[in-house]
Amino acid sequence: MSAIVAIALNTFREAIRDRILYLILSFALLLIAVSHFVSLLTVGSELKIVKDLGLSAISFFGLLTAVFVGVSLVFKEIERRTVYTLLAQPVRRWQFICGKYAGLSLVLGSSVLVTGAGLLLAVALKGESPFGLLPAIFLGFVELELIGAFAVLFSSFTNPILAAVGTVATYVVGHLSWSFELLEKRIPGSGVKALCRGLHAVVPNLDRLNVKASAVHGVALPPGYFVAAVAYGFFYAAAIVILACLIFERREFV
Amino acid sequence: MSAVIEISGLRKAFHGHLGIGRTAAVAGLDLTVRPGEIFGLLGPNGAGKTTTLKMMLGLLRPDAGEIRLFGRPPRDVTARRKLGFLPENPYFYDYLTAVEFLDFYGRLHGLGAAERKRRIEKAIARVGLTGREGTPLRKFSKGMTQRLGLAQAIQHDPELVILDEPMSGLDPIGRREVRDLILAQRAAGKTVFFSSHILQDAEMLCDRVAIVFRGKLRAVGKLDELVARDAKWIEVSVRGPLPDGVPGDRTPAPDGTTLVRVDGVPSLTKLLAAVPAAGGEVLSVWPRRESLEDLFLREIGRAKAEEVAS
Repeated sequence: MSAIVAIALNTFREAIRDRILYLILSFALLLIAVSHFVSLLTVGSELKIVKDLGLSAISFFGLLTAVFVGVSLVFKEIERRTVYTLLAQPVRRWQFICGKYAGLSLVLGSSVLVTGAGLLLAVALKGESPFGLLPAIFLGFVELELIGAFAVLFSSFTNPILAAVGTVATYVVGHLSWSFELLEKRIPGSGVKALCRGLHAVVPNLDRLNVKASAVHGVALPPGYFVAAVAYGFFYAAAIVILACLIFERREFV
Repeated sequence: MSAVIEISGLRKAFHGHLGIGRTAAVAGLDLTVRPGEIFGLLGPNGAGKTTTLKMMLGLLRPDAGEIRLFGRPPRDVTARRKLGFLPENPYFYDYLTAVEFLDFYGRLHGLGAAERKRRIEKAIARVGLTGREGTPLRKFSKGMTQRLGLAQAIQHDPELVILDEPMSGLDPIGRREVRDLILAQRAAGKTVFFSSHILQDAEMLCDRVAIVFRGKLRAVGKLDELVARDAKWIEVSVRGPLPDGVPGDRTPAPDGTTLVRVDGVPSLTKLLAAVPAAGGEVLSVWPRRESLEDLFLREIGRAKAEEVAS
């Protein structure tokens, strides 16, 4: 356990000493601040604009963080050969991957914490209780955890460019997973139907973690939805991290 | 006493360009390293030294054969708890300071905060980096990085230290310091296994050496056993006229002296009598023994000849 914590803290330290993280965070906070002024241009839905833009900023800039930090996590250690000395220590390979993922989670958590606090403050300044946004913010974090897991998975066997393409593609496809279900119903041919059914089952359903519309419009989530969505996201992320561990376990360092 | 490192029948081949063909990097290596010795794995570039080291650390899987460190496979963390490793041309996290870097590695060994602090101070002092504790690694020179790598390799007081080309890139002072560190490890009863192509260092340090070429073991043993210790020839430096008829090959030196190479004591006796008689002066007499370099070149030459013959 101490090895995982050590690797996680080192990964977190690397990220927070990189200027790009501050740039991303600054843009997110700037967008949340600007949403206050944008809302002044509308009539009657100022608060909705602030909430909508704020939640989107948390999600978008969180995705950027997950991609920028996540895709080079493992690759950089191999490329710079720091992994040689690291794996010569009493560290199991799965501990290395879990430590890297835990470090990325710390980065994503901090990012969501800072931007989320900014949004809550912006909404509170408008005179409304901001706590109704908490489930949407937390599920946004769970979504980033899932995307981060894919970034680590791709990073464990390919270079950062391909890993970034794979991670962003997963994000896009994950938000369109409903279309596989629709295609299965409309498209002829049993082979294609089976493919659509398979893709729908395998591709993460990121829409389950997207409750921004409910939060913006103040609609309560169905009973049990939040817990089920959190469990879905975390279990899916855990499965992806296990897959990354299995791939990394077999990897050779030539 | 049981062996620290046992390697038997080790083989590893890599795919060629575009995955076509296979090139053997290690082709049937057998080695045993005993506790408390300094063991040098010697060979030219591309001999399979680093590949062997990577398999010893579990970074590569052997195609065949077996490696045991302290009787356990290399991927076993209990074996790795007892070893320290310095890679060739190390690169470390440049966003960390020297202390943060060593602290990170101390944590990986599960050391407590107070213990880490104590060991870091000791390791930094041992490698001569005192005063550089807070310097970011991106500002470290190659020699300083190498020293820090050594500090990382020894700070947890391992039983076995594996060093891949530890002298490469170091100036003479740095090489001397690394040599002293290696000798200090042996004095403390530790085992040191290092790969090198710098034979002078190996000759000064090693209790035993193994010479590998194209993945095969060419020679292994104590230096005294491998290298003939009787003088092979004698070099005599002479100033002044040299009489005709005395034995030996003569090589004039730029400073006006002559280096005479004689092949044995009878010829030397004749030369030493003849030079003063002719008005010359004998400046030095130097019996030349076979060096590790001679052995190395001989074994490599033999290996190449065998390859051509086959």
